[in-house]
Amino acid sequence: MAKKKLLRNNYHQARWDEPIIFEMSVPGERGVLVPRACETITGQVGDGVSAIPAGLRRKKAPALPEVNQMRVNRHYYHLSQETLGTDVTLGISEGTCTMKYSPKIQEHMAARHPGIVNVHPLQDPETMQGMLEIYYKVEQFLKEISGMDAFSLQPGGGAHAVYGNASIIRAYHRARGDKNRTEIITTMFSHPCDAATPNTAGFKVITLMPDESGYPDLEAMKAALSNRTAGIMITNPEDTGIYNPRIEEYVKAAHAVGALCSYDQANANGMLGIHRAREADFDLVHFNLHKTFSAPHGCMGPATGAIGVKEFLQPYLPVPRVEFDGQKYTLNYNYPESIGKVRTYIGNANVVLKAYMWIMQLGAEGLKEAAICSVLNNQYFMKKIAAIPGVVIWYAKGKRRLEQVRYSWEKLKQDTGVGTDEVNKRIVDFGIEHYWTSHHPWVVPEPFTLEPCDSYNKEDLDEYVEALSQISKEAYENADFLKKAPHKAACHRPTHDAIDDPNLIAVTWRQYLKKKGKGRQ
Amino acid sequence: MHKKPIVYPYIPNSAPETKAQMMKEVGVTDPMQLYEEIPEHLKYKQSMQLPEPILDEYSIRRHTDEILSKNKTCDDYLCFLGAGCAQHFVPAVCDEINGRGEFLTAYVGESMGDHGKWQALFEYCSLMGELMDMDVLSIPMYDGGQAASTSLRMANRINDRKKVLLPATMNPEIAMIVKNYLSSVPQPEIQIVTIGFDINTGLMDLNDLKKNMSNDVAAVFIENPSYLGFIETQAEEIGKIARRAGAEFIVYTDPISLGVMEAPANYGATITCGDYHPLGLHLGAGGCQGGFIATNDDMKYVSEFKDLMYGLTDTIQEGELGFGEVLYDRTSYGSRDKGKEFTGTSTGLWAITAGVYLSLMGPKGMEEVGTTIMQNSQYAAKKISQVPGVKIQMSSPFFKEFVVNFDMTGKSVAQINKRLLEFKIFGGKDLSRDFPQLGQSALYCVTEVHQHKDLDKLAYALQGAVSC
Amino acid sequence: MKKLGVIINPVAGMGGRVGLKGSDGIEILNKAREMGARPESPQRAVEALKIIAGIKEQITVLAYPEEMGANECLKAGLSPEVIGNIKSGATSPEDTMEAARQMADREVDLILFAGGDGTARNIYTAIGSGIPVLGIPAGVKIHSAVYAINPRSAGEVARLYLQNQVLDLREAEVMDIDEEAFREGRVNARLYGYLKVPVERRVQSVKSGARSEQAEVEGMAADIINNMEADTIYIIGPGTTTRSIMDQLGLKNTLLGVDVVLNRELAANDVGEDQLFKLVDRHQGGSRIVVTAIGGQGHVFGRGNQQISPRVIRRVGKNNIIVAASRDKLVALQPHPLLVDTGDPDLDQELSGYVRVVTGWEDSIMYRVSNDAD
Repeated sequence: MAKKKLLRNNYHQARWDEPIIFEMSVPGERGVLVPRACETITGQVGDGVSAIPAGLRRKKAPALPEVNQMRVNRHYYHLSQETLGTDVTLGISEGTCTMKYSPKIQEHMAARHPGIVNVHPLQDPETMQGMLEIYYKVEQFLKEISGMDAFSLQPGGGAHAVYGNASIIRAYHRARGDKNRTEIITTMFSHPCDAATPNTAGFKVITLMPDESGYPDLEAMKAALSNRTAGIMITNPEDTGIYNPRIEEYVKAAHAVGALCSYDQANANGMLGIHRAREADFDLVHFNLHKTFSAPHGCMGPATGAIGVKEFLQPYLPVPRVEFDGQKYTLNYNYPESIGKVRTYIGNANVVLKAYMWIMQLGAEGLKEAAICSVLNNQYFMKKIAAIPGVVIWYAKGKRRLEQVRYSWEKLKQDTGVGTDEVNKRIVDFGIEHYWTSHHPWVVPEPFTLEPCDSYNKEDLDEYVEALSQISKEAYENADFLKKAPHKAACHRPTHDAIDDPNLIAVTWRQYLKKKGKGRQ
Repeated sequence: MHKKPIVYPYIPNSAPETKAQMMKEVGVTDPMQLYEEIPEHLKYKQSMQLPEPILDEYSIRRHTDEILSKNKTCDDYLCFLGAGCAQHFVPAVCDEINGRGEFLTAYVGESMGDHGKWQALFEYCSLMGELMDMDVLSIPMYDGGQAASTSLRMANRINDRKKVLLPATMNPEIAMIVKNYLSSVPQPEIQIVTIGFDINTGLMDLNDLKKNMSNDVAAVFIENPSYLGFIETQAEEIGKIARRAGAEFIVYTDPISLGVMEAPANYGATITCGDYHPLGLHLGAGGCQGGFIATNDDMKYVSEFKDLMYGLTDTIQEGELGFGEVLYDRTSYGSRDKGKEFTGTSTGLWAITAGVYLSLMGPKGMEEVGTTIMQNSQYAAKKISQVPGVKIQMSSPFFKEFVVNFDMTGKSVAQINKRLLEFKIFGGKDLSRDFPQLGQSALYCVTEVHQHKDLDKLAYALQGAVSC
Repeated sequence: MKKLGVIINPVAGMGGRVGLKGSDGIEILNKAREMGARPESPQRAVEALKIIAGIKEQITVLAYPEEMGANECLKAGLSPEVIGNIKSGATSPEDTMEAARQMADREVDLILFAGGDGTARNIYTAIGSGIPVLGIPAGVKIHSAVYAINPRSAGEVARLYLQNQVLDLREAEVMDIDEEAFREGRVNARLYGYLKVPVERRVQSVKSGARSEQAEVEGMAADIINNMEADTIYIIGPGTTTRSIMDQLGLKNTLLGVDVVLNRELAANDVGEDQLFKLVDRHQGGSRIVVTAIGGQGHVFGRGNQQISPRVIRRVGKNNIIVAASRDKLVALQPHPLLVDTGDPDLDQELSGYVRVVTGWEDSIMYRVSNDAD
């Protein structure tokens, strides 16, 4: 049988050479007309705006563009076509946070059903029983999936959830009058927010380096633990995809000095129904509902980070809490020890609804199947990628990884001078989204982190492998070609991908005009 | 009892043939062998107690529809709730664009393959910049609460002072977020001082402000228009007092007011922040909020933003514009600071939508929508004040929202709102818990979506509600 | 048009293959030649220069004559302007120094040189740290941190720098054998100074959390100052990392020496071992030592800071040692530990284990310390 053609050699992304919206302005044009007060109203109150004191009246109209509706619509269509969302590309690239396929039925309900779109978050709870039911049930599902005792769905993202957990750790020790707990321990291969958010909450952060096998150094952690340790924030598996089989020892050691243990399970893709925070004795956990539970990423949000805790930490969760007395769902603000709020209202209901629908469509067995397929996909994928010339896989030789792997182009770089940044710019020429390298610092040299998750089939994986193989071949044969990549994307390389010079900073069109004089030449 | 395995449409390799082939490829005969690195005792052996799945798409739609239909909606009911999440007109193009799959499912791709995303977010910043009359914004934040919180911490980083002054009339939800966000281990944390207000005007008590003003104040924060709807007419004076003491003057504003109200920058704000929810987003049960911060082009401020900034730059192709990351390691200017904060997934899709909204509205649209809101809300206040026993609490001019006091009716807001439900009306937000000094008061929100007949109906229903 | 200067130490690396410690000095060199050694640097230099040849239209190249650069440039496909004079086959460190001086006079934007510790030190001695340099590693002894990890990488970074794509410069240690110690029969590296080296700067996207090394250094200095206790002596070791502490305190700093701070004021500058010990010994309150990881191998004690002797360390106490280093530095060391080589094996043993390295504001990394370079 002839090999099926998978690689998109003839792909070319839309390249509209699209102007900035301000450049499309035609004075006098209108994009939309807005409701005006009727004569009965104006007859009674006049122009309305005279009530504003002169000093606070807008003196110069905002210099917004004037563009007719069709052109606005077309403009944003063009921009969307110049974007590689996972509806059109392989999201395998987004290792550590590959988005699953988000079933369209979920989007249609969340974006169109008046029972969510046109519900005000401060309505009398009796008038939003459906919404609260969704919240309550998702909390129950997550309790079962994690083994924890209580959840809050308020945080607006993964880092936000970790921040919430750091706040809970702070509140817990403070409530006990334990003022010396000023340190949080995390690991080098955990997400940077595991260090940044405790720091925002006022903690000092101690990071553990990986040991030779790629696990966080347990002996180092023991040396770092003391009665100043407030908590540990740890992921398992880490970005390397290597499950740490001694995870309990970390937890035990931390508990022994009175610290709390927080499990970063933003990505629990490979774990659903297989392994839970409860069995590993963690006190806090968080899941990204966008991600593990299939809400899409939306160009960086909206999102939901669900935080779960053991019973003894329940009083500290953000308010309001969704409660159910068997008949009615209510919102309870009466938790005096609560950290308060991290986000307004009840969080991102649309994301919670999508997670609800996804879990309901799969059930216990389906969730486990998703986990198994994500791990199966990854192990299959890793085997194929390992065979590509120039690829190196650090750590844990012969061990089975779970949902993702941090790979390295170390050898490719040594052999050809082409490193991960170059490969990453070229990959979009095959219609595949730029991949995720690694957070800073690059402990694994020339890194790239891929995660196939459960949504991609074998052909998708094979296509990805073919793209990487092709680029590797190009690196060995014609490295210079790669140094100008991408060739077929919506846009070429910027002359500056890091802009630090104040004279060059232009984060708005008006700032650009001021610095460039008159705009595009 | 060997059940036939289910093939899930969203899990393609659950198809038995492929699965078997791949398992063979990786050398396992049982799926659990994939997990050999997890010690047995740490594996979860039971079956999770979750509801039976609803496998087909039609049935899950039915099921979900049935639950969501239990909600009363602002389609069926007239809504006068605002309190930071007001019902506004959403142009169809806004929904069209944020429903585009490419935007809906994009993530952190670089500026070449995701050029459109970068440009759309750059345009959001640019359009907001015009509205705020300021040059610098980052990509968006979770919500107005985060924007307020980060503005205050930026001020603390800029001047290394440890006290912030907030108005007692502040949005209590946001005040709770701020309180947690400024809290720190170990002490001392940033001290929050609440400045009093005049109960009959809502305006800030300037004597109290001056009393608390000192050279250890990092920022004076006001809302304008305020949470309680009144326009803080002393804003310019408050700004002067703040800046005279070397403090930042932070103004939390409602962006939809800025077609008719002055941009805070033009009455002295050094940092403008807020929630851009009014700009083209639905209520979404609170799921469509998004925060912004704007400042002038001064490195003192620019270097303190916590979120990513996309800068317009040239590309290697003559005549083409592309984007780069701005001040990627922004902390280089703020390393002495007490905390660098964190960034992460926030509300990109909504920011793009807000950009679409402002592109459609243009300067005229923004002026008109602001005018309509002023007119409608004044009309509503007038009508409501004619109801016996009901009064408009504050005499100051207001935008969009205003406080209605029911003390003289002898009824509680809770009772009145329950009655209003019978008229298919969501009454204003009950303030009696958060602002006991205002007695039985509610915060009413009136926007461009309300028509003359809606407001007359409200007045009529209120009359009924207070009199029985 | 950017100007590149190329200097090659044609004898660098000769000693290594025949088991000698370096190739500095005519005697060693002759001995190496007798033993059949061949120079390593020419071929390594060509490897790096070939990459630069890819942008030859965009740059001007100056090279020192014959085997000190010109030959290798031609071999790599570059057409350099040749400056200076040498006696082919009998070049010396003086030639390297003269080459550096001439290139500095011609205001080159970058000097790319091939050699070892001696070569770097010669360049530093000749022209100080004004002009950015980058080393192609070719020598036997590489303690200095001015070298790329391999010739190809040197070529890549130089190319990016010449194309204005690398804007960051890092101060890197110039280390070479401590001749005094050498005469006493010990082989020990000493810190001679700092050269500016371009570093490949990577912009990573949102999840990354990257910060510049400079920001980290300022953060760690701020953190150490913030935690300074009253009436406690702070012994500030040499290096650019610790210099930031002195800078932030507004105190005069000795980059290559040891300074002492008490109550955030300067107690002494550039102290010797004896003075240091007396200061600590006579002081009523506590004392702390602040040191950084020095050189390519990450020495905490025993390289460049020998003033902080075993008796000083013992007097201050193991628990009062503060180690500061950037994340990048620690990551570059991986998987090797930080090293202690105080000259007192028992003390080295005691100091081994884990240390909490200050890496930024309220930010630290647990790192292994060893008396054995694995």
